[in-house]
Amino acid sequence: MIARVEVQPGRYHDSVRLMQASKVLQELPGIADALVAMGTELNLSLLADMGFDADAAAGAGPNDLLLAVRAENDQVMEAARLALEAALSAKPVASGGLDGPEPRTVGSVAARSDANVALLSMPGEHVFVEAMDALDAGLHVMIFSDNVPLEQEIALKAAASNRGLLVMGPDCGTAIVGGVGLGFANAMQPGPVGIVGASGTGIQELCCLLDDADVGVTHALGTGSRDLSESVGAVSTLQALSALDTHPPTELIVVISKPPAASVAARVRGAAAACSTPTVVTFMGETTIEEGAAEVLMRLGVPEPAYRSWDSGGGPVRQGTIRGLFSGGTLRDEARFIAMAEVGEVGTVETADGHCFVDYGDDEYTKGRAHPMIDQTVRLDRLAAAADDATIGVILMDVVLGYGANPDPASELTPMIQRATDAGAAVVVSLCGTRGDPQGRDEQAAALNGAGASVWLSNAAAAREAVRVFAATNGGTT
Amino acid sequence: MSDLDQLLDTEASVAAVGTEMLAAAIDQQGAAVHRADWQPPTPGTAAALARLAAGGSTAEANSTALTRMLAVRPQLTDVSTAIEVIPGMTERTFLHAGPPLEWERASGPTRGALIGALIYEGLAADPSEAEAIAAAGEIELSPCHHHSAVGPMAGVTSASMPVAVVEDAAGDGVAYSTLNEGLGKVLRYGAFAAEVIERLRWMQEVLGPVLGAALRSRGPIGLQSLIAQALQMGDDGHNRNRAVTSLFLREIGGALVDGADAPVTDRKAVFEFIDGNDHFMLNLVMAAGKLGSDAAAGVAASSLVTVMARNGTDFGVRLSGTGDAWFTAPAPPVDGLYLGAFTEDDASPDIGDSTITETVGLGGFAMAAAPAIVGFVGGTAAGAVRRTLAMYEITLGEHPAYQIPMLEFRGTPVGIDAALVVRTGIRPQINTGVAGKVPGTGMVGAGLVEAPMECFTEGITALAERLE
Repeated sequence: MIARVEVQPGRYHDSVRLMQASKVLQELPGIADALVAMGTELNLSLLADMGFDADAAAGAGPNDLLLAVRAENDQVMEAARLALEAALSAKPVASGGLDGPEPRTVGSVAARSDANVALLSMPGEHVFVEAMDALDAGLHVMIFSDNVPLEQEIALKAAASNRGLLVMGPDCGTAIVGGVGLGFANAMQPGPVGIVGASGTGIQELCCLLDDADVGVTHALGTGSRDLSESVGAVSTLQALSALDTHPPTELIVVISKPPAASVAARVRGAAAACSTPTVVTFMGETTIEEGAAEVLMRLGVPEPAYRSWDSGGGPVRQGTIRGLFSGGTLRDEARFIAMAEVGEVGTVETADGHCFVDYGDDEYTKGRAHPMIDQTVRLDRLAAAADDATIGVILMDVVLGYGANPDPASELTPMIQRATDAGAAVVVSLCGTRGDPQGRDEQAAALNGAGASVWLSNAAAAREAVRVFAATNGGTT
Repeated sequence: MSDLDQLLDTEASVAAVGTEMLAAAIDQQGAAVHRADWQPPTPGTAAALARLAAGGSTAEANSTALTRMLAVRPQLTDVSTAIEVIPGMTERTFLHAGPPLEWERASGPTRGALIGALIYEGLAADPSEAEAIAAAGEIELSPCHHHSAVGPMAGVTSASMPVAVVEDAAGDGVAYSTLNEGLGKVLRYGAFAAEVIERLRWMQEVLGPVLGAALRSRGPIGLQSLIAQALQMGDDGHNRNRAVTSLFLREIGGALVDGADAPVTDRKAVFEFIDGNDHFMLNLVMAAGKLGSDAAAGVAASSLVTVMARNGTDFGVRLSGTGDAWFTAPAPPVDGLYLGAFTEDDASPDIGDSTITETVGLGGFAMAAAPAIVGFVGGTAAGAVRRTLAMYEITLGEHPAYQIPMLEFRGTPVGIDAALVVRTGIRPQINTGVAGKVPGTGMVGAGLVEAPMECFTEGITALAERLE
């Protein structure tokens, strides 16, 4: 086995393309391990975790391309090099002839098309300039990227509202506009509910529960994780609320958010109360998404279903704490809220003692990597560690389906889930998906279930199950 | 109905820029998606770009600057003498192309042209005396661009030279340029042999006065429409000026016959000189460009490029919003084809004010209009179209008069935005001649060159600092 670590300074590719390139390499015969990523701190530490010589990458920064390959021999290494170049130079869109080069900026693509909304997912430090391009061209903007400076978000939202345009984001994972899912979005049938959400997975979980009750949506407008902070002042939430209020097909509005700043919460509640359309406000920390969905269904006169689940069959489970491995921040928060009521303190960082629920979609884990709903590398690494950690009894994790997400997350997760269940840990999966999702919700559930996990469509129900199993195996002590 | 209501009532058409997977997810839903080949901006410019975008005034300033650039109506009104018309000109002033320069750093062609001009002006008897005078600092070197003037290649302009006077029919701007000497051993390429000096004297004594008289008798010649027609006849306005020169001869022909009080042999010689020089109109196209460039200058917060110019040592750029500042980088070598036995080892780095044509939407920016020159500068016709199309990515508008038949009469890309250059990494494309690096050699080839990125990154950084 030979290993090679190389740094190519100043060569940039987006994180998804790099993940796909890594995957191409890993699937080559004779390759034991491969990492193709930008040289962020996270990726450098991953390099060390994978047993590569980290010194060979010393000095690499986030603008430098990091290549690490462990191969059987020199021929395989050379094949890997060629495959990598091919994977990185493949263009998603053909160009040539009189069409000229692809547009390079948002301004250019707006000028050359009839686009009415821009979906931006470049690294956060570069978002502002492109978003201003979009607003100048009269486009609404959804900013999927995180790591956008707060003052830039404030400036963008001010510029947009002056122009009558909506900025969804930054850090807006999900929107559904006129039936088209942007970012991570589940396939939803048309229906009477309009959603305004400052939380991507909050919107997705709500969609997932409504879909199981056979209720559809008009639009789901994301606003970005910081919209309900004091400094941003809910600019986008209030705009979206007012637009949905005057949108005839929307019969009921739901506002869903992570815990907002108190003064902003009051303003949003005031605006919601003033709407002529019935409006449900769901702030995490006060209620759960499941409770929000229940209120929506009640207002619509639709009975709340028993949300689907796939039982593990229940074998003996080893004693130990609950470890939460989440890709959705709001799903983590909801689960933690429920668990804390039963088991006491639940930490949110990997170094916490005792129960600990970590959001791997947080900035800290996404610098220079794709979101864990796409790239499960970090979560798989932590899942393997949890499987081998005898102090952990229950592993609670979300799996988010829908457009934009990993095309087959279960196939990557099942070997590790099997390893965990074989070792006596319980694995509880919160599966966020709808019947129409391209991954096939029920097939994904069956695969996860087949590896020994219990699978729950409601995240709150999954959290309750994790607590139940913990209590049952630890004799009710915490 | 607000824009936001409209979004809720119409189908989403998405400009998806960044991660390809998110664009593909929209494709997967069967919805309209438009992609861009986005790349991070040139390293070190992100903060300056954000400051420009946040200032809120740059877009409007750029629109103002571009409108001014496009509003000029250049017309050739007269041919006079440099010392009589060019502001700040003295008997010891020698204008040169590009950003400011000292003799010590001057390139071969610039030195050669200065030597020739010193001999031509009678200030030096021979090359060694000329070099000694220049080295002793006994002459004033100053960029053409500081004097409402432009000069191709070395661009050396001295007191006695005849100069074209190009005035703005829609404003009060005036621009000047020398008259073009033809190809081969000529002063602007740094040649200073006796035949070069002799031609310059004939231009001073015959060409200038005859053309001046003809123009005064017939009245001004509008240059914009001549250039616009020429683009539809295969010119690019920089490296190919055959059509526009022919059109000019048709315009001036009658007045050469009866408008100038000169011997018929002189009038015939003038006709034949212009007829024999496919580049005669280059200098006038440049002066027309200089009018637009000067009109666009001085708009606070504008990142529009008003000047790109080189002197064989440095490549210099000026922006509308950064006053008199030059942003310079070493002049790059030209990727070209060479005449006869010359090779790239004989070539001077990029030189001349003729890049004023690219600054106003001609030359490399209009290359799609000039398939005939692509072989000359080493390319293909399809490549020429692609090069022009790429320039739309870094320009603020399309020229209302200069159109490209091949592109369905689309206006040429015009108004280079330095911010777009650093954002896209696409550098302005220039068609150019190549001068020999040894003083006295003359022209050695022609080719393509791209403006150095440093000029634009420095310019954007300086502009952002001004906004603070």
